[in-house]
Amino acid sequence: MRRGHGVVFWIGFAVVIALLIVAPFVLPEFWRRFLTEILIWGLLAMSSDILIGYTGMISFGHSAFFGLGMYGAAAALLTTDPPNLWLALFYGLIAAAVIAACVAYFSTRLRDIYFAITTLIFSQIFYVVIFTWTAVTGGENGLNFDQPALGFGRALSIPFTPTILHWFVLAVVAGSYLILRRITQSPFGMVLQSIRENEARTRAIGYAVERYKIVAVMLSGLFAGLAGVLYAIQNQFAAPDFVFFLVSGETVIYNVIGGIGTLVGPIVGAAFFLLLREGLSRFLTEYYLIPLGIIFIAIVIFLPQGLLGFARRWLNE
Amino acid sequence: MGIAVDQLLIQTVNGIVTGMILALVSSGLTLIFGIIDVVNFAHGELFMLGAYVGVLTLAVTGNFWLALISASVLIGLLGAAIYLATLRPLIGRDPLTTILATFGISLVLQNYALWQFGPVSRKIAEPIGGQFTLFYLEYPWYRVAVALLSAAIIGGFWLFLKFGTWGIWIRATTQDRVMAQAMGIPVPWVLTGVFAIGSGMAAASGVLFAPFGGVDPTMGLNWILRAFIVVVVGGMGSLGGSIAAAIFISLLEAYASLWVSPSQAVIVSFVVLIVTLLIRPTGLFVATPK
Amino acid sequence: MTGVGVPARGVPEAAAALLAVDRIHTYYGKSHILHGVSLEVGRGEVVGLLGRNGVGKSTTLKAIAGIVHPSEGDIRFEGRSITRLPSHRLARLGIGYVPEDRRIFPLLTVLENLRVGLNRHGVDKARKARLIDKAYTYFPVLAERRNQSGGTLSGGEQQMLAIARAMMLEPKIILLDEPTEGLMPRMVSQIREIIHVLHREEVAVLLVEQNVPLTLEASRRVYFIEKGEVRHHAMASELHVNDAVIHQYLGV
Repeated sequence: MRRGHGVVFWIGFAVVIALLIVAPFVLPEFWRRFLTEILIWGLLAMSSDILIGYTGMISFGHSAFFGLGMYGAAAALLTTDPPNLWLALFYGLIAAAVIAACVAYFSTRLRDIYFAITTLIFSQIFYVVIFTWTAVTGGENGLNFDQPALGFGRALSIPFTPTILHWFVLAVVAGSYLILRRITQSPFGMVLQSIRENEARTRAIGYAVERYKIVAVMLSGLFAGLAGVLYAIQNQFAAPDFVFFLVSGETVIYNVIGGIGTLVGPIVGAAFFLLLREGLSRFLTEYYLIPLGIIFIAIVIFLPQGLLGFARRWLNE
Repeated sequence: MGIAVDQLLIQTVNGIVTGMILALVSSGLTLIFGIIDVVNFAHGELFMLGAYVGVLTLAVTGNFWLALISASVLIGLLGAAIYLATLRPLIGRDPLTTILATFGISLVLQNYALWQFGPVSRKIAEPIGGQFTLFYLEYPWYRVAVALLSAAIIGGFWLFLKFGTWGIWIRATTQDRVMAQAMGIPVPWVLTGVFAIGSGMAAASGVLFAPFGGVDPTMGLNWILRAFIVVVVGGMGSLGGSIAAAIFISLLEAYASLWVSPSQAVIVSFVVLIVTLLIRPTGLFVATPK
Repeated sequence: MTGVGVPARGVPEAAAALLAVDRIHTYYGKSHILHGVSLEVGRGEVVGLLGRNGVGKSTTLKAIAGIVHPSEGDIRFEGRSITRLPSHRLARLGIGYVPEDRRIFPLLTVLENLRVGLNRHGVDKARKARLIDKAYTYFPVLAERRNQSGGTLSGGEQQMLAIARAMMLEPKIILLDEPTEGLMPRMVSQIREIIHVLHREEVAVLLVEQNVPLTLEASRRVYFIEKGEVRHHAMASELHVNDAVIHQYLGV
């Protein structure tokens, strides 16, 4: 996004936010929840974009960050009474950060496909551990817990209605978007993109590529964990399914469909995928992934810039 | 803490048997990676579809060997079709795109199988019945046959590479694709052929494995993870490395399942991968690190 | 600048050229490498291409061999346009390519390297055997090392293998890219011998070289390239090693 588009951007942003704020009043219950979920998955996809789109590191590990954020929040919400929102956020982010640190370590030593496979294995390690350590994690059935209230100390405590929750999620996701946008447009972000373009050259110029990668992974992991916390709060359960590597795969799909390296693209991709899934599953029950998968493959081959890239080119012509 | 010797022995043999099947699956994968430079995420699904074709052929003809052959051939053709339709257009692009494309294909194939065959696992009987006495226990003949067959298939392929006319084409293409083409080798077709062969090998493993655990649409997921680990530990593109790594990892898993449940035993392979990546990322079983 | 169809002063036009390169342009990313190169090679003719490093000599050969595709211009072989064809088709049409740094298959044996070019339509076992024998006759050292891996051969031996391998295609023209580069002086005369052999076999040769004496001795005509264009064209017999034009295009 170029500086010249600054005003246009803020106007557009304001319009979208306004629409999203108003949405809960206009939409039926089901779609309201759906919209909130799109925002959460969009946040996850955005976090993944930092690695895939900006640093050029394809990662299947996001389900680990997401899942651990979720379970971290679950831990907080199950162990304190009354369940505390901020503690949930804190635990979730710490859990995600620890995993991100491990993955970050590997990111500096492995390239490309080796890194991708390792992140995949990471997700699976956590999946197996969570799945089998039934005593602590509830195993296959996961954990159920109560929703915390939006509390600011003793004085003010607002229980979450679906609408308030939606606004909370919106605030977090919008805030995350703005933060990530700021970061990707900063010199730091430029270095990341330079690493994606040509790692050897970036190193030759004198940048400590390893350090940048570590920060990128930590950043990505934290926001992914944040998405996990939000999910836990919204749905009040945590399950190992979310740690299975296929979730990472779907995240990558959102990124590619929307357009990598754009931050907004992944959110659009998530919305597109989830809406399409919703629509298709009305006609095709569980096999929606067949046409969806084919659409995905077609986008990879014919629209490598994703929907956003395609829209951009189309608008420019 | 005594583990009976016979348990250890049984697990050793089990490990080798599973290892050979894993070796066959992984050979296809490492071949595709080594020669075409494609990470085939859909490999597990090719394994699974091969098992289904085997089951269906068996139901119709009653002949296991026919099932094995038809599965390999049909899935080999499917592989060629997949390559031509989705991977050929991606030549020259960022390698990331082939991972994505094959991942998409795996989703489509898995759900297709779910749609066509339903989620319930199908069982087929071992084609070679009976057991023999292994030390102090009864051990099924079929398992031994599977190990030998896998070895035979891999061995046959290795001979083909070494001595066949097209084997030279494949080896030349692997070593210098540009010059291979300049020497008249139709490289695009060689690549298609290699993908088909790799797919056929995956399918064959699926059929061989079918009597062990039954056939269901998600069976590919387990194998693809292990196959990736084997390929990395064995050295990407190294046939011998894959075999060694496959047996090594399967043995470790077999021993581990004496202490923990099978679903936890899989962590062993994860650990081996991590260790390999830390100390010798080009492959534990590669002679000289590149 | 001479182009196809415009004969240089005193140079007879090649009748029905085997290979005609017509104003080709190539790019490497944004770099414009060849700026409209034109040349011709007649049947059985040995033609030299001289120029300094980096002027586009190798790129010209690569374009003819189908390894690089020109974005403009045309290349015709035996009258038919081959500009867009992939290199394996060109090999089968009769264009043999021997690249700079040889690029023999390092993990294949000498014999296997030779056999690569033999799997073609209409080549039966007898003919394959004859061709291999021919290779061994012309290059005895290859016969000695027939079961050794290509990667274990010395530089000169690899060069011979690279040429022999191309000959297995029974080509009508062989593109030789700096065959003497990195070779010991006494090997240069071997290369000269090989070019004579090719000429006797009525195989045309397009020789890219920086070794002027060899080129002048072996070629019938010589083109001079500078900065991606053909700047001069003359009969080899009229050129001498110390001519001003040589210094102009090859001097330091």
